[in-house]
Order: sequence, then structure tokens, then C-alpha cells
Amino acid sequence: MTETDVTAKTPDRPGPSPAAGSPNPAARARRRPPAWAAPAAVLAVALSLPFSTLTLPGVFEGALNGPPTLHLLATCLVFGGLATSYDLLYGRVGLLSFGHALYFACGAYAAALLMSVLDLPLGWAAVLSVLGGTLLALVLGAVSLRVNGIALAMVTLAFAQAGSILVARDPGRVTGGEEGLSLDTAHVPDAFVGVVDTVNLYWAAVAYVAVTLALVWWLDASPVGRVWRGIRANEQRVAVLGVNPYPYKLAAFTVSGGLASLGGVVYLLVAGGVTPVVTTAEFTLTLLVMVALGGAGTRWGPLLGAALYTYADHRLLQLGGSDAFAALPAWIAAPLSQPLFVLGALFVLMVFFFPGGVVALPGRIRSVWRGRRGPARTKESP
Amino acid sequence: MSTIVLLTLTGLGLGALYFLIASGLSLIFGLMDVLNFAHGAFLAVGAYGTWWASEYLPGAGADGVGFLLAVAFGVAAGTLAATLVELCVIRPLYGRHREQILATVGLSLAVPALLQAVWGADPLPFPRPDLVSGTVGVLGVNVPRDRFLLILAAVAVFTALWLFNARTRYGLIVRAGVQDRAMVTALGIDVRRAFTLVFAIGGAAAALAGALGGLYFGVVTPTQGLSLLIFAFIVVVIGGTTSLTGCAVASLAVGLVQQFANYYTVAGLGDIAVVVVLALVLLTRQGGLAARKSAERVA
Repeated sequence: MTETDVTAKTPDRPGPSPAAGSPNPAARARRRPPAWAAPAAVLAVALSLPFSTLTLPGVFEGALNGPPTLHLLATCLVFGGLATSYDLLYGRVGLLSFGHALYFACGAYAAALLMSVLDLPLGWAAVLSVLGGTLLALVLGAVSLRVNGIALAMVTLAFAQAGSILVARDPGRVTGGEEGLSLDTAHVPDAFVGVVDTVNLYWAAVAYVAVTLALVWWLDASPVGRVWRGIRANEQRVAVLGVNPYPYKLAAFTVSGGLASLGGVVYLLVAGGVTPVVTTAEFTLTLLVMVALGGAGTRWGPLLGAALYTYADHRLLQLGGSDAFAALPAWIAAPLSQPLFVLGALFVLMVFFFPGGVVALPGRIRSVWRGRRGPARTKESP
Repeated sequence: MSTIVLLTLTGLGLGALYFLIASGLSLIFGLMDVLNFAHGAFLAVGAYGTWWASEYLPGAGADGVGFLLAVAFGVAAGTLAATLVELCVIRPLYGRHREQILATVGLSLAVPALLQAVWGADPLPFPRPDLVSGTVGVLGVNVPRDRFLLILAAVAVFTALWLFNARTRYGLIVRAGVQDRAMVTALGIDVRRAFTLVFAIGGAAAALAGALGGLYFGVVTPTQGLSLLIFAFIVVVIGGTTSLTGCAVASLAVGLVQQFANYYTVAGLGDIAVVVVLALVLLTRQGGLAARKSAERVA
């Protein structure tokens, strides 16, 4: 893990750099003074989008504040928050879990069931299901984290698979089996129902992402985050230094699971229901792809990767049914109409040629640019 | 009594299917530390290759020798796919386990999607030769014949792999590499050739599992591989990566537990029982299993 993380961090440097191992990737990017400027700007843009009637032909269909566009954006944001919560485990602590879908699905299914079976209002259902998801992550994390590395990946995968089977087999006809559950609108405030109110779903998604990013960044800057970075770099050394890694890993697992179940609740609202697709191992693999696509362990990477992935998935599906595709010969059009094929193949290429993800791209381009411009490369590199 | 015989035989058949997938996974993981998510893709390639050959390949068909030819074609396709994946995707990423996992994850998403693009998402009916259709009476129970074919194939693959491991020079290199790869390299042996070989063998076994799984389920679908793959992962973790016998025993145990628990309790609980077994094994016997090794190597 150690060496791969270091290589993932450094490719934007032209020469061998002794500072590569130092766990301070943020310092390089923060040359511009105020650290709050970027998040504030992003938040301002996110908050102003629903008031803009701008149309971006080719990018979004209809105006920016039209319900379809807002819905797509909300979906992108929910997955962005979910990927950020997954990255807390994968990118920041270095734990490879293949069971993240379980906590997301737990949040969504528990909230839907609490509303439809126990007649609870949305607020209580959300609180209870997030608590339940956090507790589930705590218990399963306590069991799974007794093993390390690939075995951890397998145990979490197996637990998630058990959850997936449970949902698919539909015990007592409560989970809806293959059909999934639809949102019981009787218990949801009117503000979240109906096409006109898509903007409120968008607000909910923005709030979810803001909460997730704030919590993850805050934890990362806290002493706990420092121990996490230590565990990612070398768990044995952390243990030798007298810090027991287990509670720290369990904390990361629990927080990550809790954030995922909160994402599940928001997803239930945004998607208007939940299907067993979100319980499957493929879904967790997709999350892994999103995180690696954006850049694991970076501030914006997971959000960006998930938004790009979700957007591309959506658009490719639309393009697959469009007229432009009908003109292509069948042997090109058929594979291209499968978003998963395009994204999977792109992802494999990315692992080869752009390790570090999308957020590392500007640095790589800059270093290539510098290398092209002249022999001053060795002088310029710090 | 008759129920027990039936459940045992079908459980053994399922275990045989798991063994065919897990043996390759375990070899690959043991030797190269690659958690190969693309193994499900090899399985799908094998299944679709067999189906395609039985429909379109001249000489191959749905019955008799033609079916054998179709299976051979499917296995060849799976072997080729595995070799290509090793040479083009895994080899450039040697020593970078995270990236290897990510690349195989990408493949595991892309290959089924490609198969779906070409042949559609709907399950395709799989050819069923007369010899293995219907049932056969064993101790007064009617057992589907394809279960015996699965068990036979697994025994054959087990014997072949065992002979390869114990009697050939490459088997020796593979065994030594599983024990201590750095030492083998230090002794001047090119382990990388063994890597490709192991991938090819694993791909062939997985493709065979795909073809026989098509018989078992009666249909082929693009995503069949992944759900089987998860149980194969469980088998690999329970059985450990150091011995073929451990893998075989774990496959049979998982298959039997699944069948019996599914029958005697609620359907679906058997699959969950397997997960419980996995958790128990990992938590009580950390030392003897893949757990310790992976903790040392990967962390």
C-alpha cells in the first residue's frame, strides 16, 4: 500500500523528490492564500445553480434549473457524497472494504421501511435509519477489522453479499425483492414530492455533500486524521509507536458507514425509491471506480469522480438511444451503448496512464508542459 | 434419507463448480497476490464461447462430440482471454497491488457489459446434450445428471492440477513461488513466466466452470460470473492459498453447507450461512489461513 500511495501522489513531479513520502499533499495545492476560498466558491456555485436559467446545449438538456437537469445534478451529488464517505476508508485510512453498498442500502431500505411499515414521518425515519446504519457499521466493522488487507476486503464483501441476498430473497415480503421499494409519499413532506419540487431534492443533495465533505475534512485535519494517515502509510509503525490502530480504524469504518446510510436516505428521496441494485457488489465496485477516477485520498477527488461517472453513465445511456448512434455500424454502436463497458475500459486505461485520478491531471499536464518547453526542466523543478 | 443423498450430491455438484473457479483464483492469489476480479469475466467468456460455438461453429453442436468441441472452444477462449489479461493488464502493473486490483475491477465491469452489448442482457438458453439431461437414480433418488458431470470435471481438474503441481518443473516453480517469491527470483528463475502460466490455467478452469455452469443453470447471462465469484472468494479465504487440497475441501464444505441450509431452513439462508462460516473461520483461525499471509504481504 505504501509504495503505491506514494507513486499515486507523485507522478506530477518531474524528478525524483525526497519529499514524496511526507503526508502533506494539500500543502502543495494551497499556494493561494485563503483555504476556505475554494469550498466557498463551489458552494456558492452549487447554491446559485437552481436560480440560473442558462442552457448548456450538449451538456444538459433544457435549462439548468429545469427538473431533469436538477435531478441529474442531485443524483451526481448524492453519489459524490457517498464516494467521499467511501474514500474516508479507502483513500485516507487505506482500508480496502468491498461492503460499502451495505450501509448505503441499509439507510435507504431502513428509511423506506420505517415510513411504510411503522408509519413514521420522514425525519424520524431518517434519524433512526442513520443510527441503525452507523450501528451496523460499528458491529460489522468490529468483527471485520480483526483481519487486514485482502482478508478484510473479503469479509466486508461477504457481509455485503449477505445483505444483498437478504434483500433479494425478500423475507416476509417487506423488501420488495427484485422490484425494490418505492418512496411512500404519504409520510414525506410535500416539499419533496412532485416534479416542481425537484429543486428541494437538489438542496437535500447539496446539504448531504456539504455535511459529508465538512465532516471528512474536519476529521482529516484533527489528530485522528493524523493517525489515519499514519495507518495508511505504515500500520505497523503506528502500532510500534504505542498507538493501537484498531479503534482508529473502527472509528473510520463507523463514520464512513454512518455517512453512507445518510446518503442512502437522501438517495431514497432523490430517486423516489430504492432497488436491489444498490445492495450488490457491483455497486461497491462502481464506488471504487468513482473514487479512483477522481483521485483517492484527495479533498475533491471522490466528489468529482462520482459526479463525472454518474453524469457519463447517464449521458452515455441517452446517447445510446439517439439518432447519431443509429448511423454508426453495429459493431461500434453496440459496445458504445453500454455505459459500463465504456466506463470500465476507460477506467482500466486510466489506471495505467493517469494514476492519481482526475485531480492529479492539471499537475501532470503542467509537468509535461514544462518538460516540453526546454532543457530548464531540472532547474525549474523544486 | 433420500433427501440427504440428493442434497449431498447437489451440494457436491455446486462445490465442484466453486472448486473450478476457486482453484484458479487461489493459485493466482497465492503466487501473485492479485485479487483477480476479472475471474468472473473469464467465466463469462467461457460460457459465451461455448454457447457461441455450439450455435455457429462448424463441427460443434449441442450434442455428443459437437458439444465437447464447443466446450473446448469455450475453454480455449477463456484461456486466451486470461493470458491476454495477464500480459497486457497485470504484467505492466507488477508490484502495485492496488492498481492491479483496480484494473481487474475495471475489467470485471467492462467485459460483462461488452458481452451484454453483443448478445443482449436476456438469459440465453444453453445447449444441453442428451447424455447429461434428465436424471439418474442413485439409492432411490433422482439426481440431475449434470451434477455428476460437474463432479467428474472437478475431480479431473483437481487431478490434473495436482499432477502439474507435484510432477512438473513449472509446478515446482509455482509451489516455490507461493511459498517465497523473492527467494525463487533470487535463485535466478523467471517467475513471471509462471505468472502467465498460472493465469492461463486459472482462466481455463474458470472458462470450464462457465461452460458447466451454463449446464447447471440452463442459461447463460453476462453477470453470472460475479455472484459465483463472490462465493469463490469465500472458498479461497476459507481454504487458504497454500494448498490445492484446502481449496477443494473448502469448496465442498461451502457447497454442502449452502445446499443443506437452503433446504432445511428458509431459502437464501444457506448463502448467508456460508458468510457466517467465513466470519467464524476468519475470526477463530487467523493464523492458518490466507489472512496472515495477506496481512504481511499487502499491508
